[in-house]
Amino acid sequence: MADFDRESMLEMFIFEMSQLIDQLEATIVQSESEYNNDQINEIFRIMHTIKGSSAMMMFDNIAGVAHSIEDLFYYLREENPQNVDFKTLSDHVLNGADFVKEEINKIQSHQKPDGDGTDLAKTIEAFLQQIKGVTPVDSAPSAAPPPPPASSDPVSETPAEPKAIPQNASAAAEMVKYKAKIYFQDGCEMENIRAYTLVHNLQEIGRDITHVPEDVIDEETIPLIRKDGFLLEFSSSKDYNFIHRHLGSTVYLRELNLEVIGMTTTVAAEPPTALEPIEEELAQPMHEMPTAAASSMMASAPASAADAAAQEAQKNKAGAQPTMISVNVNKLDTLLNLMGELVISEAMVTQNSELEGLQLDSFHKETRQLQNIISNLQQTVMSMRMVPLSATFFRMHRIVRDMCRQLDKDVQLDIVGEDTEVDKNIIEHIADPIMHIIRNSIDHGVEPPADRAKAGKPAKARVLLEAKNAGGDVLIIIKDDGRGINTEKVLKKAKENGLITKPDYEYSDKEIQQFIFLPGFSTNDQVTAFSGRGVGMDVVTSNLEIVGGTALVDSVPGEGTTFTLKIPLTLAIIEGMSVMVADAQYTIPIANIIKSFKAQPEELFTDPNGNEMITNRGEIFNIVRLHEYFNIEGAKTNICDGTLVMLENGEHVVCLLVDELLGQQQAVVKPMPKYFRKVRGLSGCTLLGNGDISLIIDVAGFFDK
Amino acid sequence: MAEIQNLFDEDVRDDTIKDQYLTFTIEDEDYGVEVAHVKEIIKMRAITKVPEMPNYVEGILNLRGDLIGVIDVRKRFGKPTKEHDVETCIIVVVYNEYTLGLIVDAVQETTTIPEDYIAPPPSAKLNFANQFIRNIGKVGDDVKLLMDVERFLFQE
Repeated sequence: MADFDRESMLEMFIFEMSQLIDQLEATIVQSESEYNNDQINEIFRIMHTIKGSSAMMMFDNIAGVAHSIEDLFYYLREENPQNVDFKTLSDHVLNGADFVKEEINKIQSHQKPDGDGTDLAKTIEAFLQQIKGVTPVDSAPSAAPPPPPASSDPVSETPAEPKAIPQNASAAAEMVKYKAKIYFQDGCEMENIRAYTLVHNLQEIGRDITHVPEDVIDEETIPLIRKDGFLLEFSSSKDYNFIHRHLGSTVYLRELNLEVIGMTTTVAAEPPTALEPIEEELAQPMHEMPTAAASSMMASAPASAADAAAQEAQKNKAGAQPTMISVNVNKLDTLLNLMGELVISEAMVTQNSELEGLQLDSFHKETRQLQNIISNLQQTVMSMRMVPLSATFFRMHRIVRDMCRQLDKDVQLDIVGEDTEVDKNIIEHIADPIMHIIRNSIDHGVEPPADRAKAGKPAKARVLLEAKNAGGDVLIIIKDDGRGINTEKVLKKAKENGLITKPDYEYSDKEIQQFIFLPGFSTNDQVTAFSGRGVGMDVVTSNLEIVGGTALVDSVPGEGTTFTLKIPLTLAIIEGMSVMVADAQYTIPIANIIKSFKAQPEELFTDPNGNEMITNRGEIFNIVRLHEYFNIEGAKTNICDGTLVMLENGEHVVCLLVDELLGQQQAVVKPMPKYFRKVRGLSGCTLLGNGDISLIIDVAGFFDK
Repeated sequence: MAEIQNLFDEDVRDDTIKDQYLTFTIEDEDYGVEVAHVKEIIKMRAITKVPEMPNYVEGILNLRGDLIGVIDVRKRFGKPTKEHDVETCIIVVVYNEYTLGLIVDAVQETTTIPEDYIAPPPSAKLNFANQFIRNIGKVGDDVKLLMDVERFLFQE
């Protein structure tokens, strides 16, 4: 049992750490060359939380490194030294972040986090000393505070520093008596230890601390704390807001009621916002901590104070108090599966063959209501799984930064549309492709500064990472302004690999560029050296294939390359049109259908190569016969007898011949059984109401055969 | 079928199903497949064809909400096809992470064939169907051709 508890705490710890590290990296990369106060505060706070949490989990090596960085930023914040080499500073912090990441990885794979952080900590301390050495130490006897802060400077007005007041100092200052009631989140475990940590932290800023239950080391108190909360009374010279913020940053806090119950000395300056004793009922139950997985504000209360928008949101939060909970992804998956079963069994009931021919007006009315509810429910379930791309996108900053330093290039990464949401399962599969493409763009696409100057381009290269919605898909666009793809070299390589199926001159540049996604082109040094493309590009396609996405490349020599990744919004349930061919049903995603129509004989014609085409409203379209494409016997072969479905995929349009349309229905997408290899033109299958299987058509397959 | 299901209770599994084979017929021959690979036996039912598959891959079927691939054993052995009748069955086998249905003419029984009664096939006779046979087992006067499931499923 104890193991289990620790296990679940570990899980939360790992989750929290990864979030903090991501946040940290984003902050640092943003502010590489110059840190402003907000960012220093932010990094300080992150390090403080990392230190606290890992010390609590007894990962002392992590805590040690975090502590040294915390010290460093404490000094930066308090003293605001002028001549700091911010580049080196960033390096130190990122090294620290890497160390923490590595240890977290070890913990995740159930190894002992045994990395030795002392060297790193020493380097950082040395760096701190160096800054101190050259900084004119004027005001305040400022020794950077060693771990248990015993700084003796009179506390600055910025009340953000939890550790600054020594317990015995400033006796003259007015002391306010506070009473706080704290509830921890359900299931956070070890409430007594958390309470103890809380009291311990409070000792730095408060005195005369009493609490109920008293003996929190005793595990017996856990149920009490769970039920009645943890009651704290103490005096402090800090104002209400400060105390609230301090307590509010407690890990796994669910609810905090803080009130002022009196003054111990003169009421003087710095009147707390709510000085009058407040009735318990009136005390604001401030801060319901948002803990949703997607939210970057895990444990530390105001996560990105640097961000004005976040502050705004924070303010709104105080008013609206949205409540967030974090849910295990497995539960969401189960929910989604059940949702799928529900959709299928709804169809089984409402389309039951025993109902055929019966006059059932009220039944049909009720089933329509049921369908409404189910489709609303489904939308809600799907929306719960949607996660913004921002975390994935912002991680790229770090990659760009590292590569630039390694390759001595100057690249600016612009991110647009990072709030676009995608299904959780899909996000996991697109982070790698994006990373590969960005690496490629910087490594091979972007020219060295000298070449850029020659080509008359600005020294700072730009890479754009953009996401946007397009129908049922999300487009992710990665665009660089580098040298573009050398199509001649790609074609040559394609020839060597025997990929060419028609005469050279028949290949358009665009077709040639697509070759780089083929496995034969990956990791081939020669191609990389010549054309500047090809490393790991087949990873891009294979990863995208898993989620049913596609990749396109468009390059203009000398001007740059644009990669477009098209991924479905969600994998699980699609709106589909059922069509019949011979005796089998197929499902076409509605999102791809423009319209369907019957062909007239005079509209049809055949080109000399035998390709069938049709004119419709003055435009000409290719016809694909589904029965020929899939070798189905017994289908209607006269185009005019069947139905044409006009399908689009990106800019391309094609008319697909099927026997007849059966109607629209929700299709729960199931992957093809593992035994089957990927079939061009099929993306999976779905179960029909009667238990039959319908194959789902992948429209993209008709365009590149 | 219930018997076979019961054999899958984890703890008893290793001992009780050792040397046990499910036997079935194709044309006039008797074949055997290790019970350890067999999940269940189902009656013939509607199978959805999947395009661009090898000819012996019959399609996919819906097994209580799970989709599994189906192989026609006759076609895989290169034997002429036969109309499905009441005896035609689908043996659902599990091999590593793959679950597949095998269409056979008829299922006979589960039988124990101790190791001593199993011999490798005579190597001279290596025709097409033969490469999916790993061993030959003797039960009384009968001979059972014991399948090599991996080759049967995956050999090109």
